[in-house]
Amino acid sequence: MNQPTRDLSTVRTVLGIESSCDETAAAVVRDGRMQLSSVISSQIDRHARFGGVVPEIASRAHVEMLNPVIAEAIVQAGIADAEIDAVAATYGPGLVGSLLVGVSAAKALALVWDVPFVAVNHLEAHLYSSMLEDPTFELPVVVLLVSGGHTMLVHWEAEGSYRVLGGTIDDAAGEAYDKVARYLGLGYPGGPVIDRISLDGDPEAIAFPRALPDRPYDFSFSGLKTSVVNHVRKHPDVSAEDVAASFQEAVVDVLVTKTRRAAADVGAKGISIGGGVAANSRLREQILTVCAEDGLAAYLPDRANCTDNAAMVAAAGWWQLQRAGESPLDTGADPGLGLGSPAA
Amino acid sequence: MILRARTTGADATRALAGAIAEQAAGGDLILLAGELGAGKTAFVQGFGAALGVDQPITSPTFTLAHHYEGRLVLHHLDVYRLERISEIDDIGVSELLDGNGVVLIEWGDAVAPALPNDYLEITLRYGEGDDDRHLELRCVGGRWSARHRTLGEKLQPWAED
Repeated sequence: MNQPTRDLSTVRTVLGIESSCDETAAAVVRDGRMQLSSVISSQIDRHARFGGVVPEIASRAHVEMLNPVIAEAIVQAGIADAEIDAVAATYGPGLVGSLLVGVSAAKALALVWDVPFVAVNHLEAHLYSSMLEDPTFELPVVVLLVSGGHTMLVHWEAEGSYRVLGGTIDDAAGEAYDKVARYLGLGYPGGPVIDRISLDGDPEAIAFPRALPDRPYDFSFSGLKTSVVNHVRKHPDVSAEDVAASFQEAVVDVLVTKTRRAAADVGAKGISIGGGVAANSRLREQILTVCAEDGLAAYLPDRANCTDNAAMVAAAGWWQLQRAGESPLDTGADPGLGLGSPAA
Repeated sequence: MILRARTTGADATRALAGAIAEQAAGGDLILLAGELGAGKTAFVQGFGAALGVDQPITSPTFTLAHHYEGRLVLHHLDVYRLERISEIDDIGVSELLDGNGVVLIEWGDAVAPALPNDYLEITLRYGEGDDDRHLELRCVGGRWSARHRTLGEKLQPWAED
């Protein structure tokens, strides 16, 4: 589909839409950095009784929630519809039905308002969460992207230039949290509850293994999950707090060690984190510690901007418009989208 | 028709899966059962490697399905997050089985009633040692029952004592 040629240099205010998984979210961001509003409607309560995300429930709930969430984001930003210069939406990766809800809404709004539409890679958007509201943010950084679906280290060299250094070869870190929490009968999502009860446990009670795959920036959490199961099978009376704390220590230890090494190897000026697991208190504490020791800047987004949100989508959309222009209106959802190279 | 095998670690489970992959043909459906950490993903990794998949096979729990190109197209599904059987319909397993595709479903036993009644069900159970696993392979329907004997021969290296 041919797009009208528009002057994108005047684009300042972007409405972002995120609907790839649990959260229905909309946000307004100015100039790629200034967050005017960010509204997130979590479906976690709906999914909690199922112990995970249920795709059909997810896409139906996105349909119900999206319009009110968008309206609220615009009201909270204190602007009129006419002040929105572009609409960005996550087009992958995620659940296909959920993604389509956000993408379709964004295209419709872009058409109605006659503004550019921009299709954003959810993983790329997580990179930009560190930049939001932080005027000191400076590239190059190494980004640790950790969530329920992803665990990867990214060298973000300059705007429009990044490369993936490594990632998990089996389970994502957040997935390990969810599965261990469910195994221990702690509920969903697993991250916050393990984080919380770990405070009452001994992180050194159980020496869970630290898996170190051959490639220096790869991760593996499948064996750790199995070790937790083996330990609980042998010690049915073990304290859940000690298991949680020791498990968390093993996860965070590996994440931080590899991130630190990557930052040193590529000569990054700072370390930034993103994704749901980036809200974990032990991980944040350890990243701050190693950055202080190594003389690096630590960029820790607000917890609300670690988990899925639309502010990061709006920010990434703004930068992408400057760099690569608008997206065709026939862009579809891409559930298996990876983090290859920046849109150009 | 039931076959039994045992492995002594994730690498052995991968090797056994590779032996089964050599017998696989387009349209095959394999259901993987077994509790957390039993080796379902490891099985798929070995299966995919034997098909010539050269990229890392990671857990599809979050995105429900991953697809890989090898000698056959490997569709790696995980229904851990599904709770209602009917939701498997959204994934379209029958379409994936068309042509050159082979479908492996983790926690597939939970959705078996909603699937074509022609599959190999593999159950992995924890054994005595931390890394020991007992595998039970059940051929359901004509496709796998016809290969029962060859499959038994392929599994000799991992035969139960």
